[in-house]
Amino acid sequence: MHQPNDEPRKSVYYRYQVFPPYLPRETEARQKVVIVGAGPVGMTLALLLARYRVPSVILDSEVQVSEGSRAIVYTRRSMEILQQAGVARRIAEIGLPWRFGNSYYRGQRVFRMEAPHDEDSRFYPMINLQQQYLEEFLLDEVCRSGLVEVRWGNRLIGLSQRDDGVEARIDTPLGEYTLSTDWLVAADGARSSVRSLLGLSLVGDSYAGRFVIADIKIDLDLPTERLAFFDPEWNPCNTVLMHRQPFGIWRIDFRLPEGEEPQEALRFEILKARIDAHLEMIGYEGKSWELDWCSVYSARALTLENYVHGHVVFAGDAAHVLPIFGVRGANTGFQDAFDLAWKLAFTLHGWSGRSLLASYSEERVGAAKEIIEEAGRSTRFMTPPTTGHRTMRDAVLSLSIENGFVGPLFHWRTSRPHVYARSRLNARDDDQALFLEGPVDGAPIPNVKLGLDDFLLDHWDESIHLLVFTEHEALPADVTTLQQRLRARGVPLRLLAISLGRRRVEGADLTLPDPEGRCWRKYGASADGATYLVRPDQHVAARWGNCTAHRIAPALERLVNRLGESA
Amino acid sequence: MNVADLERIYDLLADTIDAVPEDKVRLFLAKFALLAAHALDDARQVTALIENARTDL
Repeated sequence: MHQPNDEPRKSVYYRYQVFPPYLPRETEARQKVVIVGAGPVGMTLALLLARYRVPSVILDSEVQVSEGSRAIVYTRRSMEILQQAGVARRIAEIGLPWRFGNSYYRGQRVFRMEAPHDEDSRFYPMINLQQQYLEEFLLDEVCRSGLVEVRWGNRLIGLSQRDDGVEARIDTPLGEYTLSTDWLVAADGARSSVRSLLGLSLVGDSYAGRFVIADIKIDLDLPTERLAFFDPEWNPCNTVLMHRQPFGIWRIDFRLPEGEEPQEALRFEILKARIDAHLEMIGYEGKSWELDWCSVYSARALTLENYVHGHVVFAGDAAHVLPIFGVRGANTGFQDAFDLAWKLAFTLHGWSGRSLLASYSEERVGAAKEIIEEAGRSTRFMTPPTTGHRTMRDAVLSLSIENGFVGPLFHWRTSRPHVYARSRLNARDDDQALFLEGPVDGAPIPNVKLGLDDFLLDHWDESIHLLVFTEHEALPADVTTLQQRLRARGVPLRLLAISLGRRRVEGADLTLPDPEGRCWRKYGASADGATYLVRPDQHVAARWGNCTAHRIAPALERLVNRLGESA
Repeated sequence: MNVADLERIYDLLADTIDAVPEDKVRLFLAKFALLAAHALDDARQVTALIENARTDL
């Protein structure tokens, strides 16, 4: 019998709540969706599914939120996704936003990264918050949704695929039970039990070297900016990273000396000597601090080749394990959840055929491979794997003191939204080539400030959206007819008019006034009638110079790939 | 570059290799290569030069 640890985890700043484990009932109803793992990706997915009235059950082998601050940095894109899940406001209230990254070498700042931030950005490029708080906020929202059941202390121990779904065997403190479900989503992290039960393995690279993460409570009068110290005197050849977190917590992250075992590195005396040496180097000699959490990880860049296996779907770290350099772990996982949620919901509601889910795998495996390529570059710079890489890295560090041109070689690039340029969902015969500005097919749409505390993406919901830039008093009648035809089949299609002069465009579900033409310019809408077809996950599927139903209909059909059959 | 200049660069490189600490020669040459590549501003040519340099070692 599974006996989860029910002692609250220790922390100097966070009070863990222990939840009662779920105990099996006499009869278990068949589920639509079972999500394994109550982490950030699993709970975000559940919340996004709930917007389509798709209920889900989340299983977690533990009885409390995860230990330690873990994925502390969330990108703007993640915040846009978390806004749709309903938790961005709470994160922004206590998180620490930032946009600068500094690289130090021999006591000098040799490179300062500045992430773009303008008035069209509702969220900062990055925001720091310990993962426990993120999980707590997600959990509150999950409980409020009324459509998600979290089963704590439930450990997945067996899986069998059926033609129409999955049977999961689950162990609890009261013994085992079986749960049937149409779909099972593995969001159970880097050591995914679903992945091992299915015998799937990850492909990619593992990098030499292990890294210590330590969170300490200390009062440092430094701004919220990422700090990287290359080749520090106390730890030659290595790199030390520092991040500020809320509640006076700092993350310190460094590589273990070659050949040292993790247990050794995490011994308090060893850890203390190293942290003290680092604090001394940055001018805080003898400053007292308290350890909150520490851990060892290794840098790996791995992915499954396919994220959909029968009725089992993988997301987040269960699907791919990415190096933390460039904040690519959780931030990639949120994008998985956003891509998956609408496709799974459309499939379950019968609004689309199965190939929509195949596009999830294609798009996100493609994204993971691109990230692996980029993350590999960052990792090779942080921890050069060979003499050649070491030589060139040292050459860049040495040049950086006097030569700005090497700055970009520091590989400060961080997680960014993937452009699904080759997605099967993109229209093939739209007017993409006519646009000089604006998001290309497959790209996420940019946010635009419309007014005081009012942004374009604030108005987004779970629908497929048609953004029509128009000065006419009404949308074309054949477009509203097309919308009615889709809605009759249940498919949510929302018509958003963006107008320079009108407060209300007839036929639109919502008219957004754009008196200064800021939105028009950003989307390259040079003529009246410019139209974007945008997927529920805010990625462009097609764009045209004019708004006509006979061109929109086939693109919609491609998007949900079943409309043609039933039309 | 004329012969006289080429000879001067030859000597300068030789003397600088001797002047830097022995364990820094590789670093010095790598820095020089990056600086020269940046000054040339022609990725195709730099790639060809790298290939050229590794032949007949």
